[in-house]
Amino acid sequence: MFRKIAIASVAALTLSMGAAQAAGPGGHVEDVPFSFEGPFGTFDQFQLQRGLQVYTEVCAACHGLKFVPIRTLADPGGPELPADQVRAYAASLDAVVSPDGTERPREWTDKFPARSGEGMGPDLSLMAKARAGFHGPYGTGINQLTKGIGGPEYIYSILTGYSGEEVVEAGTTFYENHTFPGGKIAMGPPLSEGQVEFADGHEASLENMAEDVSAFLMWTAEPHMMARKQSGFIAVTFLALLTVLLYLTNKKLWARAKGKSFEA
Amino acid sequence: MAGIPHDHYEPRTGIEKWLHKRLPIVALAYDTLMIPTPKNLNWMWIWGIVLAFCLGLQIVTGIVLVMHYTPHVDLAFASVEHIMRDVNGGHMLRYLHANGASLFFFAVYLHIFRGLYYGSYKAPREVTWVVGMIIYLLMMATAFMGYVLPWGQMSFWGATVITGLFGAIPGIGPIIQEWLLGGPAVDNATLNRFFSLHYLLPFVIAALVAVHIWAFHTTGNNNPTGVEVRRGSKEEAQKDTLPFWPYFVIKDLFALSLVLLIFFAVVGFMPNFLGHPDNYIEANALATPAHIVPEWYFLPFYAILRAFVDGVWVVEIAKFVSFGIIDAKFFGVLAMFGAIAVMAIVPWLDTSSVRSGRYRPMFKWWFALLCIDFVVLMWVGAMPAEEPYATIALIASAYWFAYFLVILPLLGVIEKPLPQPATIEEDFKAHYPDAAE
Repeated sequence: MFRKIAIASVAALTLSMGAAQAAGPGGHVEDVPFSFEGPFGTFDQFQLQRGLQVYTEVCAACHGLKFVPIRTLADPGGPELPADQVRAYAASLDAVVSPDGTERPREWTDKFPARSGEGMGPDLSLMAKARAGFHGPYGTGINQLTKGIGGPEYIYSILTGYSGEEVVEAGTTFYENHTFPGGKIAMGPPLSEGQVEFADGHEASLENMAEDVSAFLMWTAEPHMMARKQSGFIAVTFLALLTVLLYLTNKKLWARAKGKSFEA
Repeated sequence: MAGIPHDHYEPRTGIEKWLHKRLPIVALAYDTLMIPTPKNLNWMWIWGIVLAFCLGLQIVTGIVLVMHYTPHVDLAFASVEHIMRDVNGGHMLRYLHANGASLFFFAVYLHIFRGLYYGSYKAPREVTWVVGMIIYLLMMATAFMGYVLPWGQMSFWGATVITGLFGAIPGIGPIIQEWLLGGPAVDNATLNRFFSLHYLLPFVIAALVAVHIWAFHTTGNNNPTGVEVRRGSKEEAQKDTLPFWPYFVIKDLFALSLVLLIFFAVVGFMPNFLGHPDNYIEANALATPAHIVPEWYFLPFYAILRAFVDGVWVVEIAKFVSFGIIDAKFFGVLAMFGAIAVMAIVPWLDTSSVRSGRYRPMFKWWFALLCIDFVVLMWVGAMPAEEPYATIALIASAYWFAYFLVILPLLGVIEKPLPQPATIEEDFKAHYPDAAE
């Protein structure tokens, strides 16, 4: 009887966990095969550079990156731009306003400008970690090991998820979107075909731009991802070795107490 | 109770004798390390070392994180990002600390359920058990306050919900809540006191861990048979035991190494798996998240908290007999703390004279159901408070209390236990027929 209860509860558990995710309109998240997914995944430096360009030319008008120091654009494991380019880039951004109202040019040691106020969107520094696109299988989220939590996929899906329909509610225009919770979003479609011109000749299709900027925002959210995975590998490798050695030590140690001969 | 007879430390050289007369610290270390340990301990007896490691890991990573963290509502979130971006190895430290809390609770639950199955709480180990339960309570308090420190959305709203529980206490509740928060709502004063206590409590835990170890070193370890080590003579005791060093130190280190292998894979490759995405949004008192969900290790008790709502007959009875003083919210709070309290007093609820579940044919099934119940509670705790989850939560909560308050007391009377081995040696020999005398 108890075995049946056990099986029934486990079955109920797994079934309803899957069902719990689907809620209301919106919520469709495209599974984009990004280069940085899985334990072996790495950022594509050139994709991050293109993503920076899309962010700068399009998103930066309304979205800040207030937690990201500009100098990290030159860091290993990121876009890895040359230092002089990063300095020039910093100088091209909005000036820094001191508390006393005076202005000075933005240095590369400063952070990206923040955006706030009427009509401005949320800060994007951590957006790729603040949204989860993947919860499977059965709501356990274990597929994050190979796919990530789905934050960049969520951003990609928002950017490409417009149906073209507009809804006016209480004097505000909303745009129908298959991904945004509730199915409509206040941000108009930000990207259109050929909106930016990539220096490397990469085609500026809607999908390409969305993918590149999503990858870039994953980097802004987790700039040390590659270093972290590397640390993970070193730790796992050494611990695997240590585990084998301790297993053999333990086996040999206990062999006499258990009256067994030790073979290894 | 006399300890298990074994060889004690004898100072030999002059300097050893000199020190031993003044401070017998070497003797303490020797006796602690060489303690006779039942030789039939299985792999469920390794969680203690994992827990000790977790405490050390949390204290070491925590102390370094504090060097870079700023406990202020305007700066806390940014200082965590500073750790993640600018501090050398800061991202690893923080992920180790955050996931370390999860490993800590994962291990403590297995440790507790091991104790529940093998009757480790029974006489003469009640004090070990109760001290362990106090440690567990402090762990929960520490983890809860630590989760508030990054000052994300879940930090803020979790703190609001949990401190709100104290506000449900009739009469003095609001005063207690305000005292805990340091003001009318979760704000800078709350963040600062939580930070202070989050730093303090781990050291209280460390002291209690020493008491916990002292207690079971006095009574000796329990073991999978629940049969006590023979204490008639040193020779007899040696047939049932092996010294902790090297046998159990090496065994435990092997297990720890394997656990850490998985832990580092999680930290390295999916460090946000157990976190909530909303905590990467800075705290905002004006925007309530759609679902406020506690960390996974609180979910079973969170489910019990939410299970008792208006209309449930026990709640209605409580309201009636208390003239409305105990309302549904306060009942839920009582149920949540009660769920831990019944676990803490289990030594006096279990009437069976047989320690180990291995020799209790009926107990085994009820215990298995308790394990499933715990997982079900964890699951409904993460679900929205609506049907069918509300009913499942109520049934699962009812079983939790029934197990401790009804089933365990009754089983001891009606159950016919299986024959137990006379000695640990006998059990060991049944597994390893060639074992030396």
